[in-house]
Amino acid sequence: MSGAAGTAGPMAPLIREWHRFTPAERIGRWLVWLAIVASVVWAVRTVEIIPEFLEDAPEQMADLLVRMWPPDLAHYYPDVHAALVETLHIATLGTLFSFLLAVPLALLAARNICRIRPLNAFAQLMLVSSRSVNSLVWALIFVAVFGPGAAAGVFAIAFRSVGFVGKLLAEALEETNRGPVEALTAAGAPWGHIMLKGVWPQVQPAFWGIALFRWDINVRESAVLGLVGAGGIGVVLDDAINFFQWERVATVLLAILAVVIVAEIVVTRIRSRLI
Amino acid sequence: MAAQGIGTRGVAPTGTRGLVLRGLAKEYTPGKPVLRGIDLAFPEQGITAIIGPSGTGKSTLIRCINRLVEPTSGEILLHGEDLAKLRGRALRLARRRIGMVFQEYNLVERLTVMENVLSGRLGYVPLWRAWLRKYPQEDIARAFELLDAVGLPEQATRRADALSGGQRQRVGIARALMQRPELLLADEPTSSLDPKTAVEVMELLTRLTEAAGVPVIVNIHNVDLAKRFAQRIIGMSEGAVVFDGPPEALQPHHLQQIYGGEDWI
Repeated sequence: MSGAAGTAGPMAPLIREWHRFTPAERIGRWLVWLAIVASVVWAVRTVEIIPEFLEDAPEQMADLLVRMWPPDLAHYYPDVHAALVETLHIATLGTLFSFLLAVPLALLAARNICRIRPLNAFAQLMLVSSRSVNSLVWALIFVAVFGPGAAAGVFAIAFRSVGFVGKLLAEALEETNRGPVEALTAAGAPWGHIMLKGVWPQVQPAFWGIALFRWDINVRESAVLGLVGAGGIGVVLDDAINFFQWERVATVLLAILAVVIVAEIVVTRIRSRLI
Repeated sequence: MAAQGIGTRGVAPTGTRGLVLRGLAKEYTPGKPVLRGIDLAFPEQGITAIIGPSGTGKSTLIRCINRLVEPTSGEILLHGEDLAKLRGRALRLARRRIGMVFQEYNLVERLTVMENVLSGRLGYVPLWRAWLRKYPQEDIARAFELLDAVGLPEQATRRADALSGGQRQRVGIARALMQRPELLLADEPTSSLDPKTAVEVMELLTRLTEAAGVPVIVNIHNVDLAKRFAQRIIGMSEGAVVFDGPPEALQPHHLQQIYGGEDWI
């Protein structure tokens, strides 16, 4: 009896129904969509777009572009160039410095490495607080501490990167396979040896990936730090905007674009070799 | 760091030789014992196989010996020294004397075969040497010898993740023997291998440990392999020893007692 295929007619009661979601789940999914639409509407209403400004925005934009053209390329050397090199130095030093702070914090935050729960929580708190402050805000703080200049920029980049790098490193550490660590423990290797030969080889690709990725981000971030006086090409950009020298602004923006593209290419190349 | 080159095997503390377990018990959750007071003495040579169903505490027993698992109570006497009481550096020094082979090989995948074998010496080599990969020439020579002995003479520079399961376990055995252990523990060394490779790996383990005079305690699922290679079989059931004797003495009713049921025998 039960072997018969249910199609229609007297067999109809035997047709087994299938629904992906229960009625409750369907209502739940509908509510989630409603919440998303509602929050978008709410957000748009909060922004309070002024119609007059919106209306002539294309006009203003076109005007700005016309003023920017042609870019004042003669202005590039030496001012913009020096600032650009300084930006790269800020990004590189900031990234290096952030790793000095992030590696110990990542080791403390990774639950399989540090088994003391309060220390895990402490490290995580440090990492979260680093991330909760934008690099521009960090830059404002360090400009107040060190005065305007590249030093403030380096520290701003470093302190913002710590949270990012530390979190990703801690995750990479937690994803390591316990097996090799167990094997080296059984061989009587001390902690440092286990880290070096059991854990480091496992996180190495992730480590270099994170380092390159963060350096890439930091090149872009350090370009704007100058707006608050923390050195780099942002200072030149800020000056040019303040003096309405739009041809120079164009030069600076082009220089930043070029650097970001080159950084992207370099990072992609290196990463493809690493993995 | 400790001086290099002096083997630890010659050290002869007073008291009984070999490994003796006294009242070894382990509870992962209080009130639910996994090991119920194991009393065993292991000879100074030969292979002892521990058989029993999954979850009966075989693995726990073997991991208690080198303290990868903390025993709840009991004594682990290696040449008269109680390993259960050791902490920190003393425990580490004791572990150097005990080699271990794992079911999942536990090699460092991204390192070469050679470095995996040499990592058996990490308990002896100072950190800077390990970092710069400047292992003592004596260790390197021995690693090459062991690679020859396990049948991987050409594989030294290959990465561990490029090897097959059987080859990885051979590297695992070489790494354990690199320690010049006084005792070798093998936790299901053949369970991840095909039957033919499993026999080959057991033959290799037997041959090399016999030549080095190292006693072996091996956890094994396969009763036939146990009977074929071990001089002594210990049957465990529910955290207790229910059979202890030579392979010839292992009768179907013993297997029934160890594993339960009878249709499978």
